[in-house]
Amino acid sequence: MSKIHVSTTVNGDPVDFLCDPRETLLDCLRDKLALTGAKEGCGTGDCGACSVEVDGRLVCSCLMLGAEANGKSIATVEGIADGDTLHPLQEKFIDYAALQCGICTPGILVAAKNLLEKNPDPTEEEVRYWLAGNLCRCTGYDKIIKAVMDTAADMREAS
Amino acid sequence: MRYHTPASFDDAIAIAAQAEGITRFLAGGTDVLVQLRSDLVTPDDLIDIKHIPGTHDIVQNADGSWTLGIAVSGAEMTEHAGLCAAWPGLVEGMDLIGSTQVQGRATLVGNLCNGSPAADSVPGMMAAGVTVTVMGPNGTREVAVEDIPAGPGRTNLAKGELIAAVNIPARGENGGDAYQRFIPRTEMDIAVVGVGVSLRLDGDIITEARVALGAVAPTALTVPDGSAALIGSTLDEAAKARLAEAASAACNPIDDKRGTIEFRTDVAGVLAARTAQRAYDRAQGKKVAKHV
Amino acid sequence: MALDDDLKKDGFTFVGTRPKRPDGLDKVTGRAKFGADMVAPGMLHGAILRSPHAHARIKGIDTSKAEALEGVKAVVTRADFPDAVQHKPGLAGEMWNVLENVMAGEKALYDGHAVAAVAATSALIAKDALKLIEVDYEVLPHVTDVDKAMAADAPVIREGSADRSVPEGLHPNVVRYHESGHGDVDAGFAQADLVMEDTYKTEATHQGYIEPHACLGMLGADGKGELWCTTQGHFYFQKVCAAVLGLETSQLRVTASEIGGGFGGKTTVFMEPVSLALSRKANRPVKMVMSRSEVFRATGPTASASMDIKIGMTKDGTITAAQAVYRLQGGAFPGAPADMTAMCGFAPYCLENVKQIGYDVMANRPKQAAYRAPGAPMAAFAVESVIDEMCNKLGLDPVEVRLKNAARDGTKSSYGPTWDAIGQVACLEAVKAHPHYSAPLKEGQGRGIASGFWFNHGGETSVSLALSEDGTAQISVGTPDIGGSRASMALMAAEVLGIPYENIRVTIADTATLGYNDVSHGSRVTYASGLATIKAARDAVEKLKGRAAAEWGIDPEAVTWEDGYAKPSGPNAGEFEPMHITKITGKMGRTGGPISGHFEATPEGAGVSFGTHIVDAEVDPETGKTSIIRYTVVQDAGKAIHPTYVEGQFQGGAAQGIGWALNEEYIYGKDGRLQNSIFLDYRIPVASDLPMIDTVIVEVPNPGHPYGVRGVGETGIVPPLAAVANAVSNAAGVRLKELPMSPPRILKALKDQKG
Repeated sequence: MSKIHVSTTVNGDPVDFLCDPRETLLDCLRDKLALTGAKEGCGTGDCGACSVEVDGRLVCSCLMLGAEANGKSIATVEGIADGDTLHPLQEKFIDYAALQCGICTPGILVAAKNLLEKNPDPTEEEVRYWLAGNLCRCTGYDKIIKAVMDTAADMREAS
Repeated sequence: MRYHTPASFDDAIAIAAQAEGITRFLAGGTDVLVQLRSDLVTPDDLIDIKHIPGTHDIVQNADGSWTLGIAVSGAEMTEHAGLCAAWPGLVEGMDLIGSTQVQGRATLVGNLCNGSPAADSVPGMMAAGVTVTVMGPNGTREVAVEDIPAGPGRTNLAKGELIAAVNIPARGENGGDAYQRFIPRTEMDIAVVGVGVSLRLDGDIITEARVALGAVAPTALTVPDGSAALIGSTLDEAAKARLAEAASAACNPIDDKRGTIEFRTDVAGVLAARTAQRAYDRAQGKKVAKHV
Repeated sequence: MALDDDLKKDGFTFVGTRPKRPDGLDKVTGRAKFGADMVAPGMLHGAILRSPHAHARIKGIDTSKAEALEGVKAVVTRADFPDAVQHKPGLAGEMWNVLENVMAGEKALYDGHAVAAVAATSALIAKDALKLIEVDYEVLPHVTDVDKAMAADAPVIREGSADRSVPEGLHPNVVRYHESGHGDVDAGFAQADLVMEDTYKTEATHQGYIEPHACLGMLGADGKGELWCTTQGHFYFQKVCAAVLGLETSQLRVTASEIGGGFGGKTTVFMEPVSLALSRKANRPVKMVMSRSEVFRATGPTASASMDIKIGMTKDGTITAAQAVYRLQGGAFPGAPADMTAMCGFAPYCLENVKQIGYDVMANRPKQAAYRAPGAPMAAFAVESVIDEMCNKLGLDPVEVRLKNAARDGTKSSYGPTWDAIGQVACLEAVKAHPHYSAPLKEGQGRGIASGFWFNHGGETSVSLALSEDGTAQISVGTPDIGGSRASMALMAAEVLGIPYENIRVTIADTATLGYNDVSHGSRVTYASGLATIKAARDAVEKLKGRAAAEWGIDPEAVTWEDGYAKPSGPNAGEFEPMHITKITGKMGRTGGPISGHFEATPEGAGVSFGTHIVDAEVDPETGKTSIIRYTVVQDAGKAIHPTYVEGQFQGGAAQGIGWALNEEYIYGKDGRLQNSIFLDYRIPVASDLPMIDTVIVEVPNPGHPYGVRGVGETGIVPPLAAVANAVSNAAGVRLKELPMSPPRILKALKDQKG
């Protein structure tokens, strides 16, 4: 089985890799690019732990082939912070204990950031439905939802 | 598995027609990849149609009808104000599939061709009278959505055939549509029952109606008796009761891990009446709640 | 261990504050390394072939085609595991049980049971190789239901599995028996105005951690090994892997990764020995990561339960007698927590006459694993439902009835011990006072309350604390941090040492660098590792005081430690300037050498825990769908070290309980195969399913911990099954006796009631 050469951009950096056509974007990020922030929790698009942005669009990287990434722009949790400055969502998640084990956290941060870029003033219902594809088994979501809502409020005030 | 990225439908058809093993077309991939990863279906040829020009476009034609490219994602549909204003029910059927992440990739045609009786976008398309353009080695034809599914996991498309476009009629005046489904959670489930309703009013009176059900038979089905129950009424309680009865009567479901025959049959009636109300309210220009 | 003497109840500087967790940055940037995130030079990828049958004799396995595939470096079956462990009845042969579960021997015992494994140069090749392994199965009759597994005609899972506790005449699938209680229940029932007797059932659920099991094993022909894995207890994994592979325990070093949720399900070894066996054969490191489907089919789940409850009550709400029979199915091995279930059910109450019986039953399902207060939620569902029903029948307030019968200090518990310093009454009083309890309900809504109990656990614990020259501290603990325990350890150490929280680094040490530590389970980490941390810090403080005393030339007993300073006291008070910790550690190399504190023991004062939940639910009478409208958790934490993480435990337990109550279940087909092995159909609550979950932290200090801590991790999942069931039943007007209360089940109950 011949490998496919993929040229893409990840968190602003141009990268190249060879992949089997059966490998997902998640496999490629984790195994070929050593970006292990995105996690495989289900492999079926049901848990959201592998969430990344592709050309600004929120997707599950387990539901996209690595080969499909050719020419795209990928954003992962590793690119959320600006150097040593955390994104306000990252700060708030730590402050609010919006994570316990932390396995769902990368996916939730990517998804929440994508939401706030589209909708800076979401209702609680909008946040809950937006994040319905990001399973968290530890927190009961309470502190996650509060962290996202309060980050949105802070960012609105700051802008 | 060979991965192809044809630049035209003709090329895609040629690859599919010549292929000897299992062939799958890839647009959003939200079913194809799950089947691939779980070893259910490993295609020999996977044909990614997203590089074909026009497959990402949402176009409103001069007569008010719409042509959707087959790689248009659910998210692109829900972000299209014009389409949402014209066919909110059709769009909400698509929007209910999976998560925000799945919406970033999933497509109407993928949902249709996956052949699941529970496909959320299909009853809404059937109620709206949507057709698809089928291209193949022997030419091009236009097929009603309800004629595509053949049974669970199967379609009526022949070898080498593919769907090249989705054709949505002009909405016209005083129309409204809606899709509702029953799931045990609020999100992320497969429909246990799905109902699509599209109707048109003259004043308060329903003059046209189409009702379609999902997840209650081997394929999604239209319910002519349901349409008949609505036409001529003002969607009073008696009309809703007749619709519910017709919907339940049309069911031919199975017992499975998601619901029982009895449950599906009962809830099909309940949901048909609720969905009709939603479509009716929309036809009257009322705002309806997104999440119910 | 009575520690009343040194129980500190107030005047805390650090304990009770809410600082950022030490591992926060790693976990919000994607930097934290979980089980699947590790790689090693020369690494291979492993994969496991699993039985598609619920019960089948393995007549032969042909691995030759798989071995011939390019890229395949090793294939193992049970034949590659030495007979280092023996089968014994009950839990006496637990190491053999683990091995038999890790890799099937003569029979495949459930759908998903491992039968062979492959290591190859890529994960795809390993997966392809599995398809080339030919297994010759003779399919046998199977049973997956607990009541059917006890019936005379049930297929026998494995002869000789019952231990001596089991009375004569029971089916060989009944492998352990528990009976406890006191008083005379028949006399008690005779005194009652109302006696209710009913059967309740719960289906098995999965812990549902989002991180699948993953490990990276390296084992050489010299018997020396390294294992990286996601686990709740790497010391236990070390012991088990060594036992089933016939290694010397100390030659296997195990390092715990960050853990992406466990809830009890990662206290059990599954494929770690397989990766080591493959590695030994291939002489290369082997990484293994489960798919979600493997997680559901072959790990976890809880036991399923069938329960008969009988309670007698007088008109004023006094319980005169309580009796229960619990039948728990725990898969194809002994271990269903029927004893725990039996002991927990009536524990919240002070009863004169009480009797409970538990049966541990085997069936063709995966080996059950602990899940947050294992066994207790089922019992609470049954008992608290019956109490609620009786309150409704007698027109009594459910909180008042629970208060009237509540276990208190001095109560002889339903299973034996006499309580001291417990929080059941304090929790119920807090429920009564909470605005939620008196808030009006809308039409179609119902309110439920339920109490729950969990023992909590101490367990073997080692902690080491080392001071650095600059006066900062590093703590090595051996209990993986599942939900923020590093923060709690640092807070407790800061409290003792009097140095800033930020100056302390807490590390989860590997098995080579610390003495044995029991698993992170039993709500024991903040209690036991916390106690050990405090003791280790105090040990270091004694040494710091000694150095100051030596410099001052006074008796060490005459030195006190306050806010990070050694101070002379007694007759010497004021004679010397207080000496800051940095002054002592800065020259410790010259004054006697490095200063460390440590603690190794088995703390036994864990302190039992109670909680009561309030929930409002709305049921759609036309579809049977339930919405949770409002939820409040009230639970005794003893002392909340980091209150935010205590709240998090309460909320997480409630959410899991809501899932168990409404939608989560193992669904087996007639063929004995699991039908819902992905998150699409194993329906855990999603964000839009839940309301905010309010919390009240009650603090009744535990005299068994220096700061009064009692564990909080598990009790939170005990009340919600019953609380939700009571709310649903009160909203729908019909009693639901079987979980999950899925919409089809509720709608059917409503229709049946109408007739």
